[in-house]
Amino acid sequence: MAKQKPSYKEIPAAAVAWKPATDYKTGDWRSKRPIRDTEKCTRCLICWVFCPDGAIHWDGEDLTFDLDYCKGCGICAQECPVECIKMETEE
Amino acid sequence: MVVGKQTLMGINGDEAVAYAAKQALVDVCAVYPITPQTIIVEKYAEFVAEGEVHTEFVRVESEHSAMSACVGAAAAGARTFTASAANGIELMNEVIFLASSIRMPIVLAVADRSPSGPINIHCDQTVSLAQRDTGWIMLYCENAQEAYDTTLQAFRIAEHADVQLPVMVMLDGFVLTHTLENVYLLEDKVAHKFVGTRVPMEIEVGGQKIPLKLDPKTPITIGPLALFDYYLETRIQHHEAMERARPVISSINDEWAKLSGRKYGDGFIQSFEVDDADAVIVTTGSTAGTVRYVARQLRAKGKKVGLLKVRTFRPFPSEKVAEILEGVPAVGVFERTHSIGSLGGPLFNEVRSALYDRDKRPAVLGYYGGLGGRDLHPDYFETIYKELFKVKQTGELPPRPVKYISHRE
Amino acid sequence: MTTAKIKWRPKIKEIARQEEYFTSGQRLCAGCPAGTVARLVMHALPRPENTIISNATGCLEVASTIYPFTAWRVPWMHSLFENAPANASGIEAAYKARIRRGLEKEMPDLLVFSGDGSGFDIGVQAASGAIERRHNFLYVIYDNGSYSNTGIQRSGATPMYAWSTTSEVGKAEPGKPVWRKPIALIYAAHNPAFAATASIYHWKDFMQKVRKGMEAEGPAVIHVKAPCHRSWRYKEELGMQMSKLAVETCYHPLWEYDGETRSYSLSTASKVIQKKPERKKPIEEWLEPQGRFRHLFRPKRRDDLLKEFQRRTDEDWEHILRITKQ
Ligand SMILES: Cc1ncc(C[n+]2csc(CCOP(=O)(O)OP(=O)(O)O)c2C)c(N)n1
Ligand code: SF4
Ligand code: SF4
Ligand code: SF4
Ligand SMILES: [Mg+2]
Repeated sequence: MAKQKPSYKEIPAAAVAWKPATDYKTGDWRSKRPIRDTEKCTRCLICWVFCPDGAIHWDGEDLTFDLDYCKGCGICAQECPVECIKMETEE
Repeated sequence: MVVGKQTLMGINGDEAVAYAAKQALVDVCAVYPITPQTIIVEKYAEFVAEGEVHTEFVRVESEHSAMSACVGAAAAGARTFTASAANGIELMNEVIFLASSIRMPIVLAVADRSPSGPINIHCDQTVSLAQRDTGWIMLYCENAQEAYDTTLQAFRIAEHADVQLPVMVMLDGFVLTHTLENVYLLEDKVAHKFVGTRVPMEIEVGGQKIPLKLDPKTPITIGPLALFDYYLETRIQHHEAMERARPVISSINDEWAKLSGRKYGDGFIQSFEVDDADAVIVTTGSTAGTVRYVARQLRAKGKKVGLLKVRTFRPFPSEKVAEILEGVPAVGVFERTHSIGSLGGPLFNEVRSALYDRDKRPAVLGYYGGLGGRDLHPDYFETIYKELFKVKQTGELPPRPVKYISHRE
Repeated sequence: MTTAKIKWRPKIKEIARQEEYFTSGQRLCAGCPAGTVARLVMHALPRPENTIISNATGCLEVASTIYPFTAWRVPWMHSLFENAPANASGIEAAYKARIRRGLEKEMPDLLVFSGDGSGFDIGVQAASGAIERRHNFLYVIYDNGSYSNTGIQRSGATPMYAWSTTSEVGKAEPGKPVWRKPIALIYAAHNPAFAATASIYHWKDFMQKVRKGMEAEGPAVIHVKAPCHRSWRYKEELGMQMSKLAVETCYHPLWEYDGETRSYSLSTASKVIQKKPERKKPIEEWLEPQGRFRHLFRPKRRDDLLKEFQRRTDEDWEHILRITKQ
């Protein structure tokens, strides 16, 4: 059985939100995933700029695509100046 | 009885409210003019112009923005005040619902005036009583002194840790707002001590206790989208806060009595000669003064009449009202409003419903009148008492329990 | 300080290492540029950790705070649809008064977000009042040209002839019968400290404008074009391209207004077209990929309507050229 939602006594007053959105994984929405050709990639970060979901992380040296949140919109692939991202259909 | 050092001033109800807000050390006052409230804004503008207050006075472009600015200010931790009337209250209605639901302890003075149309600026409680389901605490004043006393109390009630709800203070248009009365004001320092400094409500988010306040040190999200899975729970919390306001309203009324020498019953109702009464009129606001005058005269003639004034309309004191009225043979509820298409007005329905579970239910008749500022002559109330006596004697009820008075047939 | 003197440039490799104050896990549609708007605004702020947000009802608000979740790591408040600038007025007033009383130390920065529904229509009064009163806040209007959140009804920002659920396409009416509102000019006419148009594709320009708007003393307004594939009906990966074309066709020229010098100036992307008018693309290039203009092309090409759309676009562009001429 699914865990019961908290009662009115257990939630904060004034309807203040209490969970970070990052606890909600939007990666489930995806039907295509971005695959990057790391050789071709110039690390220009244009994909990072445009990703509406902040699903691309930059550690100072390289990028990672965060599949927990990537919704598979394809904007990164569309905007990549060297066309090194391909959108691949999820299994 | 006046306790301590107090200043006697000849002022009207609006000015009394403005002085109270000034003494309450209001941080933000966002307000828009409308008769018969305007004197409050104008008086406050004088305080601001003279540098007598630290208040940030936001001269907004509408009442909707007045209440919206109050909501923002209260959410940022400020003590917040605004005032309005009829059309202004109606325009801010959307924000009125919102303010209470997100627990913003704003004080709103309502100079009661008729709704349009026809457009009319005079006394009528239709608009304020229509706010009864907005989840605000609602206090009705009988005179300018009570308006001053109640406004100061309102800040304490609103900001009380157990409550954290906004409060409306109602004063009848012109009858109170524009009529000069002798009003005693507390010394500034006494008033300041009474209201204290606002402490935002504490909430628990992720196991941490933090203030309900827009503050970069403790970021929170106020006003999310809550649907069928959580909305109802938030509403029940709101309901519980309103219930917790009951003892708070009474204890602050007691505290005030010690400080000022003035007490308004138990904070909810004030009764006059009800103990052995055969006929009691229940009413709110300045009308209570007129009815008390009539009751006193009739008592002098040996007639067993009484008055029950309802000061706090929300939370409604159903138990207390029923306790007092149970066993009274006939009760007349007079309201300066009407509810077209309903059996009776808001006060009538509350009173009758409060008595439903009692064994000795009185006959309850309802009266609408005084709308649009129509003068309420003492004769009308004498007539009501007469009708109540007739009901007691004959046991016969009119075909409809509620009717209009004070109009031309 | 005139905003022209604010020379901040986004250094992307540094910025990309900063914390996201608007996080993942929000529930805007896949590919919704409003998400990019919110992210880039937060990254462009001078003091994101010391900023309070007032957000009007709309897709961004709804999708970012579905109870019990929130995508915001700064103090954030939504109250209603048309009053976000009025809420902000109160927040500013609260801090001012409490600083005066010694109850608060520092004034936070204030940011207001709204869609075109509030920014162009129902919230104009509150915004106009707040700008008139000179509250110090940055107002970012993300314009997706429709009431998207409530199911794509027309707004004052919806383009002429566009289909929407309240400007249907039929025999009597070819979509929305009237032209859009010049909202950025309307706010600029209030003489705020700063006003600008922006496009999400031109992200550097947009981020610079956000920085200027927030650093300017007094009210600032940015009208940013942020397409919505559900209402515009283009392929979801084309969001940035659609905002680019809006600029290249001069339907949405980029300019800014400095309240101190009281002058308008064209921003780079539009200045290029002013210098080389041959670069101005025909409006059809923006209209055709959008399903909401399908009836202008199919089943029969409506040259009459396309011509009229082009004429009005040119007329507006000429107007912008006139006011930005120095
Ligand atoms: C007073 C009021 N009227 C209508 C609505 C319904 N409503 C909520 S959001 C919205 C449209 C929002 O459009 P926009 O501002 O463009 O934001 P978008 O959803 O497009 O991002 C409407 C009509 C409301 N919430 N409040
Ligand atoms: S846009 Fe393309 S080239 Fe640039 S960093 Fe992203 S994947 Fe690499
Ligand atoms: S597909 Fe969309 S969501 Fe996923 S990383 Fe690319 S831009 Fe971001
Ligand atoms: S409807 Fe449009 S604006 Fe709203 S979330 Fe979806 S794409 Fe974005
Ligand atoms: Mg919109």
